[in-house]
Amino acid sequence: MVRYSKTHEWARIEGNTAVIGISDHAQKELGDVVYVELPSVGDAVETESQYGTVESTKAASELFSPLSGKVIAVNEELAENPQWVNEDPLQKGWMIKIELTDPQSAENLMDEEAYREFLQQQS
Amino acid sequence: MVDRFVFDRYSGSEAPTYVPDSGVPDVSLTDIFPRKLLRETLPLPDPGERETVRHFSALAANNFSVDGNFYPLGSCTMKHNPRLHEQAAALEGLRDLHPYQPEDSVQGALGLLYELERCLCAITGMDYFSLIPSSGAHGEFTGMMMIRKYHEQRGVKKTHVLVPDSAHGTNPASAAMCGYATVVVPSNSGGCVDARAFSRALNEQTAAVMLTNPNTLGIFEEEISELKRMAHEKGALLYYDGANFNALAGIGAPRAMGFDVMHLNLHKTFSTPHGCGGPGAGVVGVTERLRAYLPVPRIERRDGRYSWSQGSPETIGTIRSFYGNFLVCVRAYAYVLRLGGAGLRRMSEHAVLNANYVQRMLKEVLDVPYDRACMHEAVFSCASLAGRGVRAYDVAKRLIDYGIHPPTMYFPLIVKEALMVEPTETESKETLDRFIEAVRAICREAREEPDRLLRAPLSRPGGRVDEARAARALEVKWNPAAGR
Repeated sequence: MVRYSKTHEWARIEGNTAVIGISDHAQKELGDVVYVELPSVGDAVETESQYGTVESTKAASELFSPLSGKVIAVNEELAENPQWVNEDPLQKGWMIKIELTDPQSAENLMDEEAYREFLQQQS
Repeated sequence: MVDRFVFDRYSGSEAPTYVPDSGVPDVSLTDIFPRKLLRETLPLPDPGERETVRHFSALAANNFSVDGNFYPLGSCTMKHNPRLHEQAAALEGLRDLHPYQPEDSVQGALGLLYELERCLCAITGMDYFSLIPSSGAHGEFTGMMMIRKYHEQRGVKKTHVLVPDSAHGTNPASAAMCGYATVVVPSNSGGCVDARAFSRALNEQTAAVMLTNPNTLGIFEEEISELKRMAHEKGALLYYDGANFNALAGIGAPRAMGFDVMHLNLHKTFSTPHGCGGPGAGVVGVTERLRAYLPVPRIERRDGRYSWSQGSPETIGTIRSFYGNFLVCVRAYAYVLRLGGAGLRRMSEHAVLNANYVQRMLKEVLDVPYDRACMHEAVFSCASLAGRGVRAYDVAKRLIDYGIHPPTMYFPLIVKEALMVEPTETESKETLDRFIEAVRAICREAREEPDRLLRAPLSRPGGRVDEARAARALEVKWNPAAGR
């Protein structure tokens, strides 16, 4: 189950864990991603708080966590392959995996259809 | 056009013959280095003096500089630098000084720096200036350290700094370097700080508010007095980022707007060739209540004599070696004296007039996201060209083919596909008209022949640079084996 935040992050929820990345819309807006700065395993992340930075040829932008929890895995391969964020934002371009503090809180996020509507309203 | 490295063009295994005698006795390398570290030959090219001169002249001809081209790089104030200031900075008595010279032998230089500090106080309304910081970011960091010390000495716990969403990236960085979190305040529909959101973000833990005025949209923060009142009520100090002072010099003083600390980029507003990363001068000014924290050394004047002083015991200390970039200060001093108060005012007025002329003349082809009179720079959005696959980036690159340096792109971040144009006061109407015509032609091209735009620049050696690859696979070392 994939959920989206208003700051264009996605979270794929599997039980009490979630994999997190940025949406296809976000990568298009950013342009060519050249660097991704991520937290370390064991760090705590909080809903709507910054957990990392993504840098494109246009600008450096903050990454906001859609959910709270503890980092249990980080996509180390992005260091060598930042272009994956552009090429495959929802799979190979994942950023962190967290253990959720409260799996129920995912209900506050948008599903794919709601996110699509949200994008339409924005434009 | 230079398309090859000097190493490729001229082979040679002998050391160049024109190295002058050093006057130092020779020492045998085998006596001081292990033999395995030594080599017999050095593959340095030896093209001879004539070809060396031609090689580097050809490279220099490829330079894109303010001396050769219109350079409307927003937020950078790439104005013409009068040659008189270069002449002043080249005077032997100033150029050949050593920072360790005895005070008695540098009275003139100390006097010049002291006088410049007084001039900057008069221009900004501040009580004291220090000329030490080497860049705008360094000035910000110095200013924020003084703010931190001020709060610490008063025993007040402060946790964060407010910055608007249009702020320069260095602002949150300087705050973070001083241990403060940054809280971003959104802009309102007029492009100014949203006073209500500002009030909500502000509390007793706010250490400072960092503002650029005019802001990065080129718009004057009209509610500055109200923002100041709210900030001071909570015990927060106001920091003025002098990046955009070219719009205000001789017209408005940051002190009068309520700012407690500020920096000026002498290398921008007060003329010094820049854009290459230095040397700069991000001088800091403070009001009386922050005097004790100024970095050291300070210059003192007593009975007509100048001397170095170690400042007050509460100083934030040393922030770099010696007293700033001296020759940048010399140029700034020459600039201030030459223009005087009325001249500085005229300078800013012309900078503002030029930006408004460009904004007005390009309104019909590009979007102006905050449609109102601007200050010294005009921000456009190229979002309306996106339908044809053309981005701000492509427009900027195509301008190079018209002999114009690209404006600042994708900044401020709150404007989609932003182009930020700062013409400065030193450009003529003819140049501005040429720029306006070029942008109009490019917008026509975006409709009729977008493919050409996507490949621009077409006229420069190297063509379009792959910026993503340059950042992802950075390689700065010449590698003959790989042919690059």
